[in-house]
Amino acid sequence: MLVKDQLKTEVSADGAPRETFVINLGPQHPATHGVLRVKMTMDGEYIVRAEPVCGYIHRMQEKMGENRTYAQFLPNTSRIDYLSAMTYTHGFVGAVERAAKLQVPPRAEYIRVITSELNRISSHLVWWGAFLLDLGGFTPLLYAFDDREKILDLLEGITGSRLTYSYFRIGGLYNDVDDTFINGTRAFVAQMRPRLKMYRSLVTDNIILRKRLIEIGPISKEMCRKYGATGPVIRGSGVAYDVRRVEPYSAYPEFDFVVPTFEEGDSMARYLVRMEEMAQSLRIIEQALDKLASGPVMAEKVPRVLKLPAGDYCYAVEAARGRFAVRIVSDGKEIPYRVKLRTPSLSNLSLFEEASAGMLLPDALALMGSLDLVIPDIDR
Amino acid sequence: MMASISNAISALWPEPLRLVLFVVGIMSFVGANAAYLVWVERKGAARFQRRPGPTEVGWAGLLQPIADAAKLMSKQLIVPAGVDRTLFRVAPLLMMSPALMSLAVIPFGQHLAARNINVGLLMIFAFGSVNVMAIMLGGWSSRNKYAIISAARVVSQNVAYEIPMLLVVITMIMVTGTMNLNEIVLQQAGGFWHWNFFRVWVNPLMPVTFLIFYTCMLAETNRAPFDMAEAESELVAGAYTEYSGMGFGVFFMAEYSNILLGCALATALFLGGWQSPIGHLLGNWQSTIDVLIGLFWFLVKMYFLIFSVVWIRWTFPRTQFYGLLNLSWKILIPVSLFTLILSSAMMKLFR
Amino acid sequence: MKNSLKEIATGFNSLVTGMRITLGQFFKPSVTVQYPHESLKMPERFRGHIVLVRDPETGKAICFACKLCERACPSDCITVEGAKLEGAKKKSVTQYVLDFTKCSLCGSCVEACRDGAIRYSHEYNLASTNKDDYIMDLFKRLEDERLEAERLEGSPKSEVRSPKAEAPRQETKAADQPSTPNSQPPGTPK
Repeated sequence: MLVKDQLKTEVSADGAPRETFVINLGPQHPATHGVLRVKMTMDGEYIVRAEPVCGYIHRMQEKMGENRTYAQFLPNTSRIDYLSAMTYTHGFVGAVERAAKLQVPPRAEYIRVITSELNRISSHLVWWGAFLLDLGGFTPLLYAFDDREKILDLLEGITGSRLTYSYFRIGGLYNDVDDTFINGTRAFVAQMRPRLKMYRSLVTDNIILRKRLIEIGPISKEMCRKYGATGPVIRGSGVAYDVRRVEPYSAYPEFDFVVPTFEEGDSMARYLVRMEEMAQSLRIIEQALDKLASGPVMAEKVPRVLKLPAGDYCYAVEAARGRFAVRIVSDGKEIPYRVKLRTPSLSNLSLFEEASAGMLLPDALALMGSLDLVIPDIDR
Repeated sequence: MMASISNAISALWPEPLRLVLFVVGIMSFVGANAAYLVWVERKGAARFQRRPGPTEVGWAGLLQPIADAAKLMSKQLIVPAGVDRTLFRVAPLLMMSPALMSLAVIPFGQHLAARNINVGLLMIFAFGSVNVMAIMLGGWSSRNKYAIISAARVVSQNVAYEIPMLLVVITMIMVTGTMNLNEIVLQQAGGFWHWNFFRVWVNPLMPVTFLIFYTCMLAETNRAPFDMAEAESELVAGAYTEYSGMGFGVFFMAEYSNILLGCALATALFLGGWQSPIGHLLGNWQSTIDVLIGLFWFLVKMYFLIFSVVWIRWTFPRTQFYGLLNLSWKILIPVSLFTLILSSAMMKLFR
Repeated sequence: MKNSLKEIATGFNSLVTGMRITLGQFFKPSVTVQYPHESLKMPERFRGHIVLVRDPETGKAICFACKLCERACPSDCITVEGAKLEGAKKKSVTQYVLDFTKCSLCGSCVEACRDGAIRYSHEYNLASTNKDDYIMDLFKRLEDERLEAERLEGSPKSEVRSPKAEAPRQETKAADQPSTPNSQPPGTPK
């Protein structure tokens, strides 16, 4: 039985006393996708206050940035958010190129877009499988990983790794893609579209899932703006903020794609945003493959020892989870003075406390799953 | 006097032997099934997920349940400090026994019911209520926040789903006119169009009735999508958190025995029990081979239902707790009341 | 009333559709590769740990210890030493140690090397219970490879294997590695 002194009596908003106890959704928990601790003050099944405690996987990435040259820091960027590693490398490399005024050849830009979008799809597949695992459906995880395996094989063929790619270089790419990749990507796009349809009828239209997600965890536009939430979180609340449209970078202005936005702001809206984003990524990949120019993949005259002129440089990309921005402060040496990484998951997590007040525990877990948090992204 | 004693013994002799054979048979049937349904579940789950499942232990993993049982038995039976010792130990046994006892009235074949009790159906449901108490005891005596929350949920879930189940069973009793399971099966003789599932001239919503029974059976045995008791990603292991080793093993076996019982009951009530779907294939039903054919059909139908239970578990996510209760109170109970009234009206009108 | 009936109908329909899809997947073949009974062939550009490359003409390592790789590595895991042999124009490498416990397989070293003296290997079977197995002496490995090749008198150059003795019981799919004897160098700490 519960020990009596574990229960605290609080006075709730309407003046009535209630007994609460504190449960740790501990650092080790199947539903938190990493080492995140959430201290929940519960009143029976309802959450009175959920306080996230992060920092269990703080690896001092930004401090490492102050001790490594620009080329040496590049592998670190893949490991901040290992699920969408390409886009994070893109952010860093873009900042350095913008500072050094390097001209990236068009073929490299197109390949960067293709690989980033493939990475986005694989990240969303992991999110989808893990989210459904939290909700109790075990099978879609394996279907998602089957598709993801194909993406990883494609990217392994050109980069050599499957998760933390380190493929982009300052000024272009590490090496060029071959025909196997191009044909393989086309084949993948062709077989992925029916799979997305299958996911739709298996999961998205399923009445049990709809009951679980519709009107659960509503997040308003004002709350998103207050906490700086970006990515599918804010697009599921009705604000069409996508860094690819608002601050266009790389080759994105040349492609025709839709930024999916839904008004409701509940978990179902965020779910649908991500499913639709996968379809749009397929569109972008197809257009990029058609437009793929020939030419070099590395800029000319990239100095071996790169020293950026003194100043403050910033670059933002749309990662799978939201807006990822890199700010480099340089004092003219080959090692930056400061590398600031603005990660989306920290902002997305910060609205969990306010959004989950008064919810039931399983609903709060569904909300956390729909925020798509990757904990190393929060702690860096 | 010796003659009268020998007369008495020869009159009694077949019956005790028969009972002993049945007890041994049912217990070994339940034991073997509880173990090998684990294999069916794991292989089924694997095939639905396009992977091979257990393959290492024995050919196609058939010795896997034995390895699992050996592992569970070799674990220490930890009884945590501060628990209610008697209740903690008794709870798994209490969950296992109703299933075993209720199987005494299920007709596996023509003469293969252990006891042909006239109120067999009532007896099964009387025993079924003990399950609820067993989980409550298990959760309560564990002295663990998570276990108690989970046990409370399970009690409200089971109570909510017993009501539509009983309403459906009352409808069936009304339609068939008897509570004796063997007679219910005998009424479904002929081809499959005589099965209670297709008896739409008495109750036009008979397939719906079967679905309600099936859903209630899933909820009573705490199977997905109604498995709040074992919601792994939410509350660790729910009501069974504090059980280790064979205590947990017995809960597991009890769950599978309950599924076995529920599917056997559904077969007997709705799908014609041991009746063959193609009518009287062989003339008279008295010879041994016909009894075996009856047993064969019973097992085929029961295992088909068990396969569909596994299929449903690995397809759907878990329902929300209030969604589960809403389903029962707001949808299943009105519909089953409606079918009850409808079938009684039809029976009155077309008598 | 009509809405809720419609909702029940569409809900039930969605459940049946879901079950039909899963049943379809039930009858499709399994996608698992049963490691360790089967294994996959690594692609050409697979990034395993680095190994030294031998110059086919001179038979010695191309590396001449310019230490560009050592400087490029973000994790400080490479140690190179070289010495100039008599009568040679450039240095030759005498020691090349890779501390694989720190290596993150980023590839900066291979990219920094101007002469192609190091390349990626295709090894992934690198489990061991001893930390010393991961302090890889690549120069020694190259020498052992050469001795092994000489011992076999001209058979094709073997793929470098991990210092861990037994190869796992793999019947490799599609013969990705040529059948070589177990190239455990003598005296490697176990």
